[in-house]
Amino acid sequence: MNGNHALRNGILWGLGFALMIAALYMVFVYVPTEKHTGIIQRIFYFHVPVAWVSFLAFFVTFIGSILYLWKRQEKWDAVACASAEVGVVFTTLVLITGPIWAKPVWGIWWTWDARLTTSLVLWLIYVAYLLVRSLATEPEKGARYGAVIGIVGFIDVPVVFLTVNLWRTQHPTTIIFEGGLTTPMLMTLMVCIAAFTVLYVLLVIRSAGLKTMEAEIRRLRIMKAE
Amino acid sequence: MNKDIPNSSIRAVEARGLEKTFGEQRALRGVDLTVSRGECLVIFGPNGAGKTTLLKILSTLVKPSAGSVRLDGIDIRDKPAQIRRRISLVGNQTFLYDNLTVYENLKFYGKMYDVADLENRIREVISWVGLESRLHDRAGTLSRGMQQRASFARAVIHDPSILFLDEPDVGLDPHASAMVSDILGNINSGSRTVVMTTHNLERGVELGDSIAILDRGKVVYQASREELSKADFRQIYDRYTETGR
Amino acid sequence: MNKAFTKIFVIFWKDMLMEFRTREIIISVLVFALLVLVIFSFAFGTGIDVTEMTAPGILWVALTFGGVIGLSRTFAVEKENSRLEGLMLCPVDRAVIYWGKLAGSFTFMLAVAVVVTPIFLALFNLPIFLPRLALVIVLALTGFAAVGTLFSALAVNTRARDIMLPILFLPVVVPVIVSAVKATAPVLAGAPWGDMLTWLQIMIAFDIIYLVAATLVFEFVVEE
Repeated sequence: MNGNHALRNGILWGLGFALMIAALYMVFVYVPTEKHTGIIQRIFYFHVPVAWVSFLAFFVTFIGSILYLWKRQEKWDAVACASAEVGVVFTTLVLITGPIWAKPVWGIWWTWDARLTTSLVLWLIYVAYLLVRSLATEPEKGARYGAVIGIVGFIDVPVVFLTVNLWRTQHPTTIIFEGGLTTPMLMTLMVCIAAFTVLYVLLVIRSAGLKTMEAEIRRLRIMKAE
Repeated sequence: MNKDIPNSSIRAVEARGLEKTFGEQRALRGVDLTVSRGECLVIFGPNGAGKTTLLKILSTLVKPSAGSVRLDGIDIRDKPAQIRRRISLVGNQTFLYDNLTVYENLKFYGKMYDVADLENRIREVISWVGLESRLHDRAGTLSRGMQQRASFARAVIHDPSILFLDEPDVGLDPHASAMVSDILGNINSGSRTVVMTTHNLERGVELGDSIAILDRGKVVYQASREELSKADFRQIYDRYTETGR
Repeated sequence: MNKAFTKIFVIFWKDMLMEFRTREIIISVLVFALLVLVIFSFAFGTGIDVTEMTAPGILWVALTFGGVIGLSRTFAVEKENSRLEGLMLCPVDRAVIYWGKLAGSFTFMLAVAVVVTPIFLALFNLPIFLPRLALVIVLALTGFAAVGTLFSALAVNTRARDIMLPILFLPVVVPVIVSAVKATAPVLAGAPWGDMLTWLQIMIAFDIIYLVAATLVFEFVVEE
């Protein structure tokens, strides 16, 4: 790893650490408790950034997949796959924090709301993505199939969202806050989103680097076998 | 279509530095091959030498990890459709649909290749392989040997100028296997370029204008028929395929 | 262009001819779909009050699961004896192979739907002749075939191929399933066109998006 990379990673780690501490402070100390829903509302500062990151992750997978099929460079596949892995983890967190928030506020664990349902469908699609990669007969085939699913799966997002939204129109729309977001709440949310985005970037760089290294090890093993 | 015969000095098959890696396994490790027009190249090699992979790459089915292939002077990446019209492959699988008759199979493939005057062409190729009496039987009901003959008929339905044969006599009894050679004589009246892999040293040496040995993904020996006497070839083969094991 | 259509038809006709001989896909899918229909009717009951709520859902569960079974055969038959290689050797664009196989899959699913739907309508004491339902079925099955043909070609090249197709296929066609159910309900209730228009539009959009996308990426699935 050259100096540039080390410097960039150092800056990212430092930034991520500072943002995370700031986010924790703001969520638990700085921001006032929302008066209608109480203390549970603070999970919002975790839930929303995680949801944002999972959509970002699948978008990156989509772009990485297109670039891989076009340029046939392994690095794009490594990015696409790493991003999908992080995306699945974050979507899982969305699907866990959503119900934790929903139960005390609405009295129900699950609502077939457009955002939650789209997250669930996305989770299913990208779990299938990871499954196909691990069940392909060769890594190169796995990369190619993964790229196809990464593209075909992502273009489903707007259609699923639209469909579920229309499907549920007869139900009362979910109200998050009666008064909208106050300035401290908005600032806390922004810091949290920034913190989780940096965390996402770090995880993808790490994971993609690992994959590139794995590929390198495979190549070395082949050479050694000669 | 495409019956324009390019300059005859152009090689029928020209492969440069072919490499193919499957996962952690290197099937081909830099193969160079040239075959002149109308020539028959026979490739020998032990199991796992990369013979099938090589033929699949030459016939556009598999993309090489590195290297290039030119058939009749055209790079196979440039005009795949034009290349595919000129070539054919007989594998150890017949590519026939068991539930269709031999005739229906030939008609299907003939139409896929836009063969003109298809009915007559089917009659012609079926007589070459001697299957006239079974033309309207389902391919699945034929014996292995007959299926292989039908597979030859399928392979030449569009009059390819280059024919790839991947162990065409494997799994056949000696009688059927001898028939394969006769058929090859019938369908190949000297105008077609043939690249063939086989285990059968005697027959291979008889058929080939030139001979190559592929071992562990590399061409380890190459000679024309004039350069080699049949008696020695067994020894040569053993020597080249044993070294380094 | 004309030639491409001819080739698509040649592949399609080959699949039809094989199906005439064996009837293995249509018969097995048909029996399976009918079983789903019957089992769901037992599970939910068939009283007048329930029918309105559950009938469209039951029909589409039967057609969806039957469709998956049929689609998994599409490329399984080409994979046996490496026939796909024979097809890949042909001098045609890979998209032609996709459309040829798609036409076959669509026709098989339609044939099953043509038998299953009237039986379903009879079982639930609904009017048998519903031309608007035919439109819903055609649009939904087009979406199924567009996605399913692509994933079927992909799934046959993985280990655990039998389970891979439904795992890939079902989440992606969620919009089609939802729209088909929603568009079927007003037809069964005799409600006006307006009630189903949105859902038809979604299905048309889905069909177009996936036919185009799959045509573009299909070659990456079948190449070696």
